[in-house]
Amino acid sequence: MRELSTFLYRRPTMYLLLLLVPPLLWFGTVYLGSLFTLLAQSIYAIDEFTAKVVYSPTLATYKQVVTQPANIDIILRTLSMSVAVTIACGLIALPIANYMVRYASPRARALFYVGVMLPMWMSYLVKVYAWRLILAKQGILSWLLDTMGLGAALEAVLRIPAIGGPSLSASYIGMFIVFVYMWLPFMILPLAAALEKVPESLLQASADLGARPVQTFRRVTLPLALPGLAAGSVFTFSLTLGDYIIPSVVGAPGYFIGMMVYQQQGTAGNIPLAAAFSVVPIVLIMIYLAIARRAGAFDAL
Amino acid sequence: MTCAIEFRDVSRVYGEVRAVDRVSLTVEPGEFFAMLGPSGSGKTTCLRLVAGFETPDSGSVLLNGRDVTDDPPYARDVNTVFQDYALFPHMSVLENVAYGPRVRGQRKQDWQRRAQEMLELVQLGHFGERRPSQLSGGQRQRVSLARALINQPQVLLLDEPLGALDLKLREEMQLELKNLQRRLGITFVFVTHDQGEALSMADRVAVFNRGRIEQLDTPRTLYTRPATAFVASFVGSANVVTGELAQRLSGRSDPFAVRAENIRLRTLTATADAGSMSCIGDVADVQYHGAMSRWQVRLDSGEVFAAALADAHANGDFKVGARVRLEWSRADAVPLAATERP
Repeated sequence: MRELSTFLYRRPTMYLLLLLVPPLLWFGTVYLGSLFTLLAQSIYAIDEFTAKVVYSPTLATYKQVVTQPANIDIILRTLSMSVAVTIACGLIALPIANYMVRYASPRARALFYVGVMLPMWMSYLVKVYAWRLILAKQGILSWLLDTMGLGAALEAVLRIPAIGGPSLSASYIGMFIVFVYMWLPFMILPLAAALEKVPESLLQASADLGARPVQTFRRVTLPLALPGLAAGSVFTFSLTLGDYIIPSVVGAPGYFIGMMVYQQQGTAGNIPLAAAFSVVPIVLIMIYLAIARRAGAFDAL
Repeated sequence: MTCAIEFRDVSRVYGEVRAVDRVSLTVEPGEFFAMLGPSGSGKTTCLRLVAGFETPDSGSVLLNGRDVTDDPPYARDVNTVFQDYALFPHMSVLENVAYGPRVRGQRKQDWQRRAQEMLELVQLGHFGERRPSQLSGGQRQRVSLARALINQPQVLLLDEPLGALDLKLREEMQLELKNLQRRLGITFVFVTHDQGEALSMADRVAVFNRGRIEQLDTPRTLYTRPATAFVASFVGSANVVTGELAQRLSGRSDPFAVRAENIRLRTLTATADAGSMSCIGDVADVQYHGAMSRWQVRLDSGEVFAAALADAHANGDFKVGARVRLEWSRADAVPLAATERP
């Protein structure tokens, strides 16, 4: 035993290898391996008549994804929802995270962290179905708005074309609300982490040099929170892009990318199309990261 | 003439702790004023009260005769050099320096020119494009100084600005700060726990202890005529003599202080000078400091005296363990305030 210890101590590379190979093997085969096996399917196409996969490389499936109007609709619908959810999460999370880090007492801060994370410890499905009830036509939210005399306002909002609907639970507005609720912690936590790294003295220096609070926020707090905002938005953006349960439980009947992947590989048995659809969020996130990088979101890292 | 800064009976309390306890003081325009004290003595809180990062629980703060007690930092005509420099990491050095003029809506060509001038003033003219993280500690210090001075404040506050620098750099910066202050004629308020720094740079020094000012005087008076035992030992670590020993040496029980360099070492047989006090003890330790040596002498009653002798060789007879007589003239025994407050 002792000799083995000495042997490994003298050969750090061996030691490192011994420690790293099992997890890397697991990561490589289970995560990346299965992902690439799925993605590899996208270069094949299905034979329309036999419904069997033809194993000869072709771009036909990709062409189908990006040219068929129904598919373009799905992509644009998912993309718009992801962008809207990301922006909303950022707008809501920024003041909350800033308050948590900057103004709350240590006790209140701990409560805030628990409050932010508590919903994440609950079953995802329970939350989604709960929201369906909350947003239903006879649900608690419309009842609340009615008692506050805001029933007419809700009606007016639901009459908005495209995003409205017969009730909140059957409209894109409702779906948007559920998405924002679900992913908000994923925005708050990285933002709070980024803001916590900003020393108090920087904010004091800003005020000392004559900046009013709004200027300090715009010129110091926000730029330094940007890496956190970028990290959080990658979460909210990609989680919305890939989700298929929320769109199938709450909201209008239009398809989303995740639902399409689920349906194509399951019911329809069109693995190549499902694979090609899975590539779409990956490409969109890469584009998003490139834009964020160009905008300087990672400069302060 | 109105004072640059005036504190009227200012207190700041954190829970049970009176960080600043009914402090009143005035700082004259163009003065180099030091706030000296150990950590937790309230000196930094006082500085933050001037800057506006803290508001007093009672009393008022005046800048140039105007009551600014409730004014936020951005409405006060003072600027601060922070202990950690507090440079904005996401901006270039030039943008850091230009921050003040920019938030005040100056045009780009104006703030660029001003910031460049300020950088040249602190000898960093070629560093404008760099990031703060690419600078050394001393350079960051200068950027921080340039950034604070660009607004041409009436008062510049410096919070232990030299604490993070090494000894040689610190001495250079001390000279430079002093020159800068003379040239610009701005009031400098300098917080430090280093008594040497305070004595060598300031026109007047306020010595803080437990939230109060123990003594406010010129460096020379502070050193030669300390008012309390705390000041005597904190500034230049004098020997403080109290109680029975004081009674025995001076004939009165009032405490007094003797500077180490005013003490002479004599052999037991030598006759005492007229008008001097003396006592006998054993040499416990000798430290050689080049220009002088420091001697620790333990009296039979247990007290330890420090004596600093300019010429170490002349006292070659005295070794550790030798029995010696300490002697100083009565004029060098500085009476201290009789009781320390609770």
